Amino acid sequence: MDHTLEERDDVAARLGMWVFIFTEILLFGGLFLVYAVMRFRYSEDFHHAALQLNTLIGAINTIVLLISSMTVAMSITAVQKKNNRLAMVLLLITLVCAGIFLVNKYFEWGHKIHLHLYPGSDLMITLKHGYILFFSLYFFMTGLHLLHLVIGAVILTIALIKLKMGIINDEHYVLLENGGLYWHLVDLIWIFLFPLLYLIT
Amino acid sequence: MIAEEKHITGYSVYVWVLIFLMSMTCLTITVTWLHLSALTVLIAMIIAVIKGASVITWFMHLKFESSLFKVLVVVVLTVYALVIGLTFFDYLYR
Repeated sequence: MDHTLEERDDVAARLGMWVFIFTEILLFGGLFLVYAVMRFRYSEDFHHAALQLNTLIGAINTIVLLISSMTVAMSITAVQKKNNRLAMVLLLITLVCAGIFLVNKYFEWGHKIHLHLYPGSDLMITLKHGYILFFSLYFFMTGLHLLHLVIGAVILTIALIKLKMGIINDEHYVLLENGGLYWHLVDLIWIFLFPLLYLIT
Repeated sequence: MIAEEKHITGYSVYVWVLIFLMSMTCLTITVTWLHLSALTVLIAMIIAVIKGASVITWFMHLKFESSLFKVLVVVVLTVYALVIGLTFFDYLYR
């Protein structure tokens, strides 16, 4: 389709999102670096502190995010094939997966907070330095990831609404593509967070 | 602007990538049960990189983008790896 009369450039739009994703990678990358250095310094404490984490919930969250990545990618194919209805269903599944992740996180963090295992708690102050570091990093990194997940879900919800209104269709779908890219970033971060935080025992 | 040649990825490709990603996840979890200590982290990270590369290549459509995108991703990830590696290296010998 020739879009020379319109003022838009889909390739540039995608490029812009990729550049933004690079900055996000560097943001989380910095946190991973802190984690790596502290883990090296306090390996015993990190090992024991990690035993407090629920690997099952972490694994379920990993699988849920992987599925949501697939469905959002599929929704783009659906739009390209002029199947807006299927695209909406797939996006809805993606958002449901996001919801499941949120609920899991609620139970996971809730349990920790119930045990007084959160940064700045009366219990935390009495623990060894390595333990404090691990839990601070755990809450901060998963918290920042959670924030990105919520932002991604909001963007995809906007895309879903625009799909329903027909604003996003087989000729104009770069918003869905960019939303999908952001969502895959959320998935990518978790792909590295899960083994580093939950599986280091 | 010339017409963009859209490449439409089939649904089945995405399903296969998901199956691959899930099996890699199971592999990571299984490896941690083997208790290989330092080696566990290395293997888990290698598997995570493979998973990440799959997400970037197929889910994020990088395989079908122009070379500009591919070059950028490789350059940025290399710079990032160097930042991590060199900083860690520096920290190691303080």
